[in-house]
Amino acid sequence: MNLALDIALTHLLSRKRQTLVSVLGVAMGVGFFIAITALMQGFQEDFVRRVIDNSPHITMKDEYRDPPRQPVEVAYAGAAIQLRGVKPKTEIRGIRRAGQIMEALQAWQGLTVSQVLQGQGFLRYGSKERSSTITGIEPDRERLVTRLDKDIVAGSIDALKTAANGIILGKGLARRLAVEMNDTITVTSPIGVIMKMKVVGLSHTGVIAFDETSAYVLLKKNQVLQGKTNIVNQVRMRTDDVNTARAIAAKVEARFDYRTESWDEANEGVFGVFVIQNMIMYSVTGAILIVACFGIFNIISTVIFEKTRDIAILKSMGFAEGDIRAIFLLEGLALGVIGAGLGCALGLGLTYLLSVVRFQAVGLVEIQKFILKWSIWHYAIASSIAMGSAMAAAYIPSRRASKVNPVEIVRGAA
Amino acid sequence: MTPAVEAKGVTRVLPGTVPVTLVRDIDVAIMPGEFVAITGPSGSGKSSLLYLLGLLDQPSEGRILVHGEDTSGLRGDALAALRLVRIGFVFQFHFLLPEFSALDNVLVPIRKLGRWSDEEARARAVRLLTEVGLADQLKKRPDQMSGGQRQRVAIARSMANDPDIILADEPTGSLDQKNGQIVFETFARLATEYRKSVITVTHDPHLAEQTHRVIRLVDGRIVDDGMTAPPPLDEAALPAPPGV
Repeated sequence: MNLALDIALTHLLSRKRQTLVSVLGVAMGVGFFIAITALMQGFQEDFVRRVIDNSPHITMKDEYRDPPRQPVEVAYAGAAIQLRGVKPKTEIRGIRRAGQIMEALQAWQGLTVSQVLQGQGFLRYGSKERSSTITGIEPDRERLVTRLDKDIVAGSIDALKTAANGIILGKGLARRLAVEMNDTITVTSPIGVIMKMKVVGLSHTGVIAFDETSAYVLLKKNQVLQGKTNIVNQVRMRTDDVNTARAIAAKVEARFDYRTESWDEANEGVFGVFVIQNMIMYSVTGAILIVACFGIFNIISTVIFEKTRDIAILKSMGFAEGDIRAIFLLEGLALGVIGAGLGCALGLGLTYLLSVVRFQAVGLVEIQKFILKWSIWHYAIASSIAMGSAMAAAYIPSRRASKVNPVEIVRGAA
Repeated sequence: MTPAVEAKGVTRVLPGTVPVTLVRDIDVAIMPGEFVAITGPSGSGKSSLLYLLGLLDQPSEGRILVHGEDTSGLRGDALAALRLVRIGFVFQFHFLLPEFSALDNVLVPIRKLGRWSDEEARARAVRLLTEVGLADQLKKRPDQMSGGQRQRVAIARSMANDPDIILADEPTGSLDQKNGQIVFETFARLATEYRKSVITVTHDPHLAEQTHRVIRLVDGRIVDDGMTAPPPLDEAALPAPPGV
């Protein structure tokens, strides 16, 4: 064995209790980091997967990102112009020439597209009332763009075509209205159109926000309900690669002017929360590791204090400053390596325990168990941080040790 | 013949608000095979001179030459490398690594130098400990040995890399008379039989008389430097050093 490592390990083994406490500190930091990262990342990736599956990858809406410029502003670009009391022109909302846009998108970007009209509605069944987002869809196109077809847990998406006034409800919405399949509910639109509709399907995505508010009818029916004949207010697109959605959305918006959002832009608020969540998680686990590093700093400082004479004699024998520094850095590294090894085992165990826990929880999404992300990278990152921190904690005392003046120590001992 | 170690015009002043002069204007040359005692009252600069000769400390003025090589331009790592190969130290307290056995303590400088294979290093350490009469104490830790035995382990360790110069700072200070005598006899043998330059600081005039030469310091200056015994034997007639 390398001499410096031999001396380092001997120092640590001669203080078993202190060494154990330091190692356990590192192990707990690493273990919790791994388990919490698996938990958080698993949840976040599952949520993103659900969002991607349940929503179109790109949605064009019947609105503009910036208000249209006034003619005077166009005519005198760059001039100091102030307009007062400009009111928006009253116009019927909707995407104009939606059919042409869809054809163009299919030809231009090779996207799968569908058109929908989305609006609010008031659903009533007996004494139960719920507001809902009613989406008018074309079933044959919709099944290609979203997972609605696969999320139907009772009935079918094609039943919309065969039933006279069919409606598919999110399972949560149906539960709150206390309706079941084939029940007839009353749907009232914001402009006062009332329709009796028969429940021909129930969908279940697992995302509470969708399941408790979504209702689907045929596009034509919704156009009647919302009083917007032949109008659609969304063109939905699906890409082959979800990661290209944002870039494609930007291109589409640049070409057609309508505000076009990719799935990640549409959920930016949630992803922003994820960033905060991650920062909190890394801060907490980082704090555990910092505490562990103080333990390492403490044990190595103690060893150096107790071993000052040994350091002096090693230097008198011909050990250079670098050799002395290496001994104590190796002590830090050894604590880091052993702590990281134990921490990985602890993390594995904790993650496994979390994976077998079963419960019923309804929050952002419906889950019955923790969704965990198993990744070797969590172990690699946690171990690297632990070892790096351990080395950093050992550096200051090791530097002090290397500067020990053997003459002063030997004189002091005499 | 080139001296093993030589001080030329060496002065050592400890800086501070009131500078303290440890040694001044020291000119001394120690030849190979010489067994030299440095004596003098407390605070006369004996240990300071020893540390300067052993390259543990740097002179404020003057030069230290080891086998004719001027060390004044050397720093840190270079001085450490020179100590590792050329110089062995023995202190008043044994300063053995307490967690290591006698054998492992002797192996530390050998392993640090890395000149020998593991088997050769071990065999060398065993031979050195046998030379100092500790063949049956190899596996014992310092706390399982007597003071004399520990000091002999320290002597064996100082010899580990076959240095030319052995410096001992009151090596018998913590020993009884009998063990002190054994240690001095060991030093004498290293000088006369193996032509090591042994320089020892001692307060004991009886032990000092057993050396070849006594250098007496007062207030940091050499006040007496005289022979007490015949010069060392002819180099050609000597046996090989232990463990070589």
